[in-house]
Amino acid sequence: MTRRETVSVAMVAVALAILACLPFLVDGYLLSLAVGIAMYTVLATSWALFSGPTHYISLATAAFYGLGAYVVAAGVDVIPYAVLLGLAGIAGGVVAALVGLATLRLSGVYFVIFTLGLAELVRQIVTWVQNNLTGSRGMYVLTEITERMIFWELLALAAAVYLIGWLVTRSRLGFALRIIGNDEVVAAHVGINSAASKLALFVISGTFAGTVGAVMAPRFTYIEPSIAFSPELSFQVVIMALLGGVHRLWGPLVGVIPFTILWEVIAGRFPTQTVLLLGIAFLLIVYLIPNGVVGRIESAIKLAGRSVKHG
Amino acid sequence: MDILITGVLLGATYSLIAMGLTLQYGVARIMNLANGEMLVAGAFGAFWVFTTQKLSPFTSVAFVAPGAFVLNWLIYRFLLRPLVRRAKNRGMLEVDSILATFGMAFAFVGIMLLVFGGEYFTYSYLDEPVAIFGSPFGLNRVVACLVSVALCGLLYLGLNATRTGMALRAVAVDPAAAGLVAIDVPRMSTFAFALGGAVTAVGGIVLSTFLTMDASIGIVFTMKALIIVIMGGVGDVRGAIIASLILGLAETAVASLIDPGLTLAAAYLLFLLVLLFRPEGLFGRRQS
Amino acid sequence: MAESTALDVQGVSKRFGGLLAVDDLSFAVRENEVLGLIGPNGSGKTTVMNLISGLLKPNGGEIFLGDRKISDRPARIIARAGVARTFQLVRILPSLTVLENVIAGAVFGHKRLWGRAVRQFALRQLERVGMGHAVDAPTASLTYIDEKRVELARALASDPRILLLDEWLAGLNPTELQIGIDLISSLREEGRTIILVEHVMDAIRSLCDRCVVMNSGAKIAEGTPEQTLADREVIRAYLGDEHA
Repeated sequence: MTRRETVSVAMVAVALAILACLPFLVDGYLLSLAVGIAMYTVLATSWALFSGPTHYISLATAAFYGLGAYVVAAGVDVIPYAVLLGLAGIAGGVVAALVGLATLRLSGVYFVIFTLGLAELVRQIVTWVQNNLTGSRGMYVLTEITERMIFWELLALAAAVYLIGWLVTRSRLGFALRIIGNDEVVAAHVGINSAASKLALFVISGTFAGTVGAVMAPRFTYIEPSIAFSPELSFQVVIMALLGGVHRLWGPLVGVIPFTILWEVIAGRFPTQTVLLLGIAFLLIVYLIPNGVVGRIESAIKLAGRSVKHG
Repeated sequence: MDILITGVLLGATYSLIAMGLTLQYGVARIMNLANGEMLVAGAFGAFWVFTTQKLSPFTSVAFVAPGAFVLNWLIYRFLLRPLVRRAKNRGMLEVDSILATFGMAFAFVGIMLLVFGGEYFTYSYLDEPVAIFGSPFGLNRVVACLVSVALCGLLYLGLNATRTGMALRAVAVDPAAAGLVAIDVPRMSTFAFALGGAVTAVGGIVLSTFLTMDASIGIVFTMKALIIVIMGGVGDVRGAIIASLILGLAETAVASLIDPGLTLAAAYLLFLLVLLFRPEGLFGRRQS
Repeated sequence: MAESTALDVQGVSKRFGGLLAVDDLSFAVRENEVLGLIGPNGSGKTTVMNLISGLLKPNGGEIFLGDRKISDRPARIIARAGVARTFQLVRILPSLTVLENVIAGAVFGHKRLWGRAVRQFALRQLERVGMGHAVDAPTASLTYIDEKRVELARALASDPRILLLDEWLAGLNPTELQIGIDLISSLREEGRTIILVEHVMDAIRSLCDRCVVMNSGAKIAEGTPEQTLADREVIRAYLGDEHA
């Protein structure tokens, strides 16, 4: 580790420690907002780990998330919660692996389309299974888990995402993905297994999304397919990550905080207009900030640096 | 037998939607994910004509088709062409156009929710049975099928027998080479995108005569159109028509034999099979 | 010179639709040999390079690297086995720095270094091609010959058993051309095994031990540059009947 890396790691650790104290200071609305931000941070950062370097837009987050929530709902009365968290992560990872095996060899369009309908597909299957096998659509998730504990779990997941993301960027795998994102032909000709590298990252992001769904499940109390598999979630995650910037590990966080707050405000006051907000956010990202806020800031700094040098 | 006929009737209407997306993706190279919203807008037009003006829903073609044409022309000209220009390669354009058309799709849904509200809208038009091979089928479905077949035929002729059609097909095969033989590629792309939008909106009119819709259902049709276009092979009109029929049949079979709630699963199963075994489309040549 | 065969192309064919781009082509490259693959435009030279590197799969025939069959393997496996190449249209990785572009060649393929070792190794390759001054430069600032040098350094970074150079000298001005020829000839003195697709006749004469001449996908001559370039069939292929 270089000196700079040691300093960053220390700073992240301190920040996490401070954040961990948050539930003692606030509760109610602010705590639930903090839970939202922590949740989207994990989802958007793990999404960016895969989609950032590869440019594959995944809309499967809601499918993994819903699946994770359902694993908890189905097993909460028989299996210890901690085990369920692990199972939910595995479920997300396995589905990601299956989807990836079918689509990642092909062009990005096929992948987007496939993931676009994935949440709906899983929802239809879960609904059908419930209607035909268990008789009722919804399930209760009654646990002793409080909002505070959910926040801490999410914070731990966030730490895990950042750690894994940091390890990946330093590894051969991370370097391979950057090359793949630049030119797949060159990647193949320097000996990189593109499909396997992409798959590995997609499985990581699926595992995280599944685990987050399981962590959030106790908060729902009552789970039914249309709540657990809300397709909006996938789009929110994409917007937040792109808004912040996907070429830096901490980029998505910059998008998550303002967008989560904005979303809360809009959803609270004009609940029917969240769709319009999604649309405007997408257009804004494509036309005005294609490299995210972080990219904007970095190029501004670079420009300033250059003018200082020359000035 | 019933399944076969219902499936074909449904598939024929799907082919009209797929035709619209084929023009947009095959020629203009834009994967338009706001396609379904254009369809819903067309359906709204038909609904409005029928309920407030007491006219046949098909009369709405008179304003829906030109309206959609102009709107899509503007969208391509002012929103999408800048993306085509700034893209350094096809992959970049792909990502940009996916995000931009998603944005448009959501913006359209938002606007339609504002204007029309979130209720389902349906009307009954020609809702009487006709007998085909002794079994009754909704007359509206039969008429919808015939209208779609007629329009598809017209488009097919237009693409194969006119100068413009020839130019469109040339751009679909190779934009660079088309430019070399003095085809105005940007103009043709714009035209194809606008025409595709108009065809999709008319498809919405046709579908609205027998399906219940709401403002946010567009994405479902986008999915179906995408699956058909990929199954048929990008830019392949004949493939798209056959893929539409296959999808119509598969959905009808699953809906009547297993559960109507699993139609998307049926579409997905087809999609998956295509991706695994024939990603270049049913009649596509395998590229090496 | 050792006479063992480094690469053996046996009866390879490649068809694009109705066009037979490579027609039952056979030739062999010996260890430490520089082989020129020449022929008029459209004679299928680049297709042969693509078949060897695994970018394309042959419709018939087999290719062996040493005694290992590679013609049915994907490009990444062939790269790991020790085939490296440059492309006719230079393929630089635009969002990576110059050094990272070269490192890319030494991490996943025939050579598998990482960490400090790979940095130093890649630096040596850059110096080797005369790019030691622009290590951390963004790729957007490179001139055409510099891009070609970086691509060559990336190929060298895998320490390949066979190096494929696809018109590496094309598009250079006279000064750059001389630098380029000197560079390749220094690789030859190192004992590298190279297949060279080239149009520049001076380069072919001074660099190649042997030439294979192609026309319309088939081999029409093989031998030393002097022999082949004097061959009537070859002259006819390049210049037409009246010159032969």
